[in-house]
Amino acid sequence: MDISTKNDAVPPPVSPPSEAEQKRAARGATRPGDRIFLGLSRGSGIFLLVIMAAIAAFLTYRSVLAISKDESNFVTTLEWNPTAAEPSFGIAVLVYGTVISSIIAMVIAVPIAVGIALFITHYAPRKLGGPLSYVIDLLAAVPSIVYGLWGALVLAPQLIGLFGWLDDYFGWTGILDWQGGAPRSLFTVGILLAIMILPIITSVSREVFRQAPLMHQEAALALGATRWEVIRMSVLPFGRSGVISASMLGLGRALGETMAVATVLSPSFEINASLLDPGGGTFAQNIASKFSEASEMGRDALIASGLVLFVITLLVNGGARMIIARRAEYSGANA
Amino acid sequence: MAKRIDVSGLSAYYSSFRAIEDISMAIEPRSVTAFIGPSGCGKSTFLRTLNRMHEVTPGGRVEGKVMLDDENLYGAGIDPVSVRREVGMVFQRPNPFPTMSVFDNVAAGLKLNGNYKKSELGDIVEKSLKGANLWNEVKDRLNKPGSGLSGGQQQRLCIARAIAVEPKVLLMDEPCSALDPISTLAIEDLIGELKERFTIVIVTHNMQQAARVSDRTAFFNLSAVGQPGKLIEIDDTERIFSNPSVQATEDYISGRFG
Repeated sequence: MDISTKNDAVPPPVSPPSEAEQKRAARGATRPGDRIFLGLSRGSGIFLLVIMAAIAAFLTYRSVLAISKDESNFVTTLEWNPTAAEPSFGIAVLVYGTVISSIIAMVIAVPIAVGIALFITHYAPRKLGGPLSYVIDLLAAVPSIVYGLWGALVLAPQLIGLFGWLDDYFGWTGILDWQGGAPRSLFTVGILLAIMILPIITSVSREVFRQAPLMHQEAALALGATRWEVIRMSVLPFGRSGVISASMLGLGRALGETMAVATVLSPSFEINASLLDPGGGTFAQNIASKFSEASEMGRDALIASGLVLFVITLLVNGGARMIIARRAEYSGANA
Repeated sequence: MAKRIDVSGLSAYYSSFRAIEDISMAIEPRSVTAFIGPSGCGKSTFLRTLNRMHEVTPGGRVEGKVMLDDENLYGAGIDPVSVRREVGMVFQRPNPFPTMSVFDNVAAGLKLNGNYKKSELGDIVEKSLKGANLWNEVKDRLNKPGSGLSGGQQQRLCIARAIAVEPKVLLMDEPCSALDPISTLAIEDLIGELKERFTIVIVTHNMQQAARVSDRTAFFNLSAVGQPGKLIEIDDTERIFSNPSVQATEDYISGRFG
């Protein structure tokens, strides 16, 4: 029975329900099932925040220990000597290597992933789309060390021809100049990362494109749009924020990828103007290759670099959210 | 501008299921033809064969002939895309592109068709919105998203979008079924104005609406669920509603079934 009929029968209670009670009623947490579920879901949310805070606190604490002993500028220094008598280490090389290799990966992977996703959802016959989706998803299941081995033993030697060609025609730009060293450079890493992040971007984009409302696709068709025009007018705008989110997931993996990069890259602590010459390093690769042999001080220095990677990842995600939010008024969600 | 439609021996299929069977009718230019009939009788399917939208549905296929003046829409070498540029369509649920502004929604079809100068585009958009009786309500918010309008305004926006490309025929698939009575009235008035310029075909579940807006009415029926829908008769609206020549039509109109 509901409250209004009850109120008709009995005189109104002397004191109205307290504010807290009303709030509780509004949340609907009055029955045991609701209370248990509320507790569980709220607990999970808090647990997540606690973990994030714990990671941030740990990174910050150890980083402060290290950076306070750093005799040179932590941001701009181009060397990594935390165990010297006068510790001197900086993250410039790592920022450069991480960002550059991830940008290369994104530039290669995002268009291909969007293309594959559109092919599966809007071009391929159903009999082909299913197996193709499956194979793409399978790519995500390959362990990263396997990618690393494949990259070092198969991919890198194959790239010699491409590097020579790029050097011949675009060597004058400086960034695609190649001295003929082993093709285990940031560019190689970028290509490998592109392959590794392809499945996640593809499968998220595919799900988004699949949900593009039929009514808007029909609206475009009825105006005399070709298949590609239908995609451009109704599917891509609808999927835009989803593709951005998918790319961010991929970028997150590219920024943090460790084993594959460590296996493929021949690292050095320098910033090369050329993307094709070996050398450079990324945060994750640098930590992985140095951590096991590092002293206490060396570990703290590596953790400090880990904190920077953590911050970069947060900034990238925040930026992506802003892009999505700015277009919210026009998003498909208002349809 | 407006063209005559002549359908002969048309059947439409969903995979192996025949949804409508052997339909022949003539639709006069600059008039409103209404399709009525019970649910599942194939009137929407038939409407969608008139701009080759039926075949977009997986498994959809069509047999027969649809002549638009003297061009067979299903003739060899006819591109469905160019058919749809001549035969516009308004859907049951208002479907403006949510990512586009009011202006871009109306201009969407024009941008597909070719290069217009910005001023030209503005003129056509204004003319189309005026043609859809929407201009006064949206002229100050042309750059706002089309999805921010009310349902009735959105539907008129879709009509503006459809007429902006100057189609020969305008198909309307229950255009008012998702709208309130006042918006419905606005659309019905609009249909009365648009028939001066276009051949209009409207599917409706609302018999009063058919009686109010149409010049000719076609009644569709099916003998049983799972059987193909058929055209029972087509005649002047007045005659269909006063003295139809087939008993089933009279039964349906007087509410004895359906």
